Amino acid sequence: MFGKLTWDAIPWSHPIPLFAGIGAFGIVGAIVLFVLFKGYGPYLWREWITSCDHKRIGVMYVFLAGVMILRGLTDAIMMRSQLAVGYRSAGYLPPDHYDQIFSAHGTIMILFMAMPFVIGLMNIALPLQLGVRDVAFPTLNSVSFWLTASGALLVNMSLLIGEFAKTGWLPYPPLSELTYSPGVGVDYYLWAVQIAGVGTLLSGVNFITTILKLRAPGMTLMRMPMFVWCALVSVLLIVAAFPIFTATLAMLILDRYLGFHFFTNEAGGNVMMFMNLVWAWGHPEVYILVMPAYGIYSEVVQTFSGKPLFGYRSMVIAAMAIGVLALLVWLHHFFTMGAGGDVNAFFGVMTMIIAVPTGVKMFNWLFTMYRGRIVFATPMMWSLAFIVTFTIGGMTGVMMAVPPADFMVHNSLFLIAHFHNVIIAGVVFAAFAGYTYWFPKAFGFRLVESWGKAAFWCWVIGFYLAFMPLYLMGFMGATRRLQHYDVAAWYPWMLVAELGIILVWIGIACQITQLVKTFRHQEELRDMTGDPWNARSLEWSTASPPPVFNFAVLPRVASRDAYWNAKQRAIKTHSLGPEPAYTDIEVPRNSPTGVVCAFFATFLGFAMIWHIWWLAIFSFIGAFATFVAFAWRDREEYRIPAAEVARIDRANRSARLAALDQLRAAE
Amino acid sequence: MSITIDDIDFAGAPVADVPLASHAERSVASRRIVTAFGFWVFLLSDVIMFSALFATYVVLVDMTAGGPRGKDLFNISAVALETGCLLASSFSCGMASLGARARINLMYYGSMIATLVLGAAFVLLEIRDFAGMVAQGAGPSRSAFLSGFFALVGCHGLHVTLGLLFLLTMMAQVYAKGYRVDILRRLLCFALFWHTLDIIWVGIFTVVYLLGVAV
Repeated sequence: MFGKLTWDAIPWSHPIPLFAGIGAFGIVGAIVLFVLFKGYGPYLWREWITSCDHKRIGVMYVFLAGVMILRGLTDAIMMRSQLAVGYRSAGYLPPDHYDQIFSAHGTIMILFMAMPFVIGLMNIALPLQLGVRDVAFPTLNSVSFWLTASGALLVNMSLLIGEFAKTGWLPYPPLSELTYSPGVGVDYYLWAVQIAGVGTLLSGVNFITTILKLRAPGMTLMRMPMFVWCALVSVLLIVAAFPIFTATLAMLILDRYLGFHFFTNEAGGNVMMFMNLVWAWGHPEVYILVMPAYGIYSEVVQTFSGKPLFGYRSMVIAAMAIGVLALLVWLHHFFTMGAGGDVNAFFGVMTMIIAVPTGVKMFNWLFTMYRGRIVFATPMMWSLAFIVTFTIGGMTGVMMAVPPADFMVHNSLFLIAHFHNVIIAGVVFAAFAGYTYWFPKAFGFRLVESWGKAAFWCWVIGFYLAFMPLYLMGFMGATRRLQHYDVAAWYPWMLVAELGIILVWIGIACQITQLVKTFRHQEELRDMTGDPWNARSLEWSTASPPPVFNFAVLPRVASRDAYWNAKQRAIKTHSLGPEPAYTDIEVPRNSPTGVVCAFFATFLGFAMIWHIWWLAIFSFIGAFATFVAFAWRDREEYRIPAAEVARIDRANRSARLAALDQLRAAE
Repeated sequence: MSITIDDIDFAGAPVADVPLASHAERSVASRRIVTAFGFWVFLLSDVIMFSALFATYVVLVDMTAGGPRGKDLFNISAVALETGCLLASSFSCGMASLGARARINLMYYGSMIATLVLGAAFVLLEIRDFAGMVAQGAGPSRSAFLSGFFALVGCHGLHVTLGLLFLLTMMAQVYAKGYRVDILRRLLCFALFWHTLDIIWVGIFTVVYLLGVAV
């Protein structure tokens, strides 16, 4: 009846996951009860859960990422603490549990924290920057989000029901095959990631179509804001790379469930096929994450330097070049495979070449700042920290692109330091910069600056303390995924790294405080103008938060930095130009398709993990029926009458006129 | 705030004073274009997934672990019959599109039923083929070669099966709602999906079956 699922699936004898699981789900359950008790349920259902508005979906993505970063950092501090006490001692985490923690940490941080964070920011900003009313397929967008959330839920369920993979964040065979991992841990990984992967792929399709087919009149490709360009590269890579990942994991599923021999040691299976396939996705994945980050830095640096982006064309070319090169370097993840000198040399050279377009971007940001009037707001500080820190991470990357050097530091803590250096300084700092930068656009009030700056310093110093020692220990021969050790020379550095993660947690505490204080003092922080940073692109030309239809009339774009130019002219002429002719606007209706579909997907995943076949069949039928029911709708949109549009836009225009007066006075 | 067109490009060069209408008309595409384009991109992703399976198959094709090779297993005339069914179904699918566009019920439903029958025949022939191989002890767990074979060809068969569900849904939709613009858009997506499966089958027929019996 219940397949492999029995009461023994709950880790009764392992107090740490048991209490962590009960605690986590207890908190979530308490919040759900509180919401229902207070009567917020219908509001949440109407305004958020079933919303197909890209701004709402974006906020939910970022919220999901925020919850997952807490989980991922909990894993991080547990591992660092284990290593801080694991010198000549077994530490407090048994190896069995420690292995699950580092696997969960990587899986969650990349696929359920960084991905939702950047896709969420794309959702919030991208249609607004393009000057359009929504993404190409609004309901599909909601489906994407809920499938991602479904995957995140499955990963976290493994805490309390069963176990998680002990294989690392990429389940390398033969360890991940049934022979060596007979439990449900790898299955949790596979189904959670497959379900979330479908969501990501659909997001990619949606955004490619949005960028290439829906743009405001006059928004030619070479007038698009840099964030849109970088996001375009990222979503193209999603569509090019995620299907490979889906196929690879499907093969591992077939190996585990139906006795296929893709990656087994027996019957001709080829383990290195997995490494090749998974990194043919995995390396582009790095750029899927970091390209939107580059876009965020471009927006932030030009806004807070008060200058247009230096070398726009070269930025575009560099972004596209990185997009192509990203697909040609996967083998550098396993130079030690033994593919031979020629193959290694090719991939080494390709890898080093990526430093060239990246360097172009670095210099463009520096020249954008050069002789600019730099405002040290929190997003700008994250960007400055990025430029310094990412350069260090990039250089260690080029070091490892040299195959003989890579043989020395392969699988050591040097590698761990390198990729945390590029992902934290590249993606996480960008996520925080973008979060601070677009928060007023999404909510209508700014974040408290002081706590943001405190969080910034804790994070940056914490990062250096946590990861610079790892470079050193890598040179001293410390390998990754160590559970305990007896090398005296490493011990002090392990303690420094522990101090680093504690500081990062203080940074997180500052960010939570910042959020609480912001919501308490929102009236003082309110952005009346829609343009709190004196910025340049079209998202700032509408109100904060924008009306559901984004723009009363679609903006006409005639140049790069369209909003900035219009603003300068308006300041000069003391007017916003004639009031446009308002018409009725059609906006997508809410749809529960996404959440219902994810509901069935979660059960499908759970049923497959535990071999509950009847439930899997029912869930599949349920998901299909949901799509058919969605296809049966007759009205996909509702109409906002012109009078209502005019009322909203007139309020926006008068607020904006007041803001322009202020700007003129300031000059 | 309306934005006029005399802005200066910050690269330094003045923007050519293009009449706005030419940009305006081009940049906001129709729903039909948007939907079809999005579905194309989705299909491309599907093709990439198949290419991963093709690559795996080609790498594993000689890994027979002492078991049968393609030459020993493939019945090329049965596969030719499958191919004939699928190619003919693509033709009838095209006729269904024309029928829907012309709003001729007989042509639309007749062609859709023909597509359904041919597609189902393809799937049944494939299942019979698979069952025969498993009965000979040449199932997917026999060798890495057979794993690659069953995954690649089976994944295509699964797509055709899902396509049949899609087909039935589209017949029901036209029946319930008529030849509405949004239904025709979906029908366009179905047709794209069905033809793509045909193209992938041409790849499978060549790489798996023809090269398999030739070696």
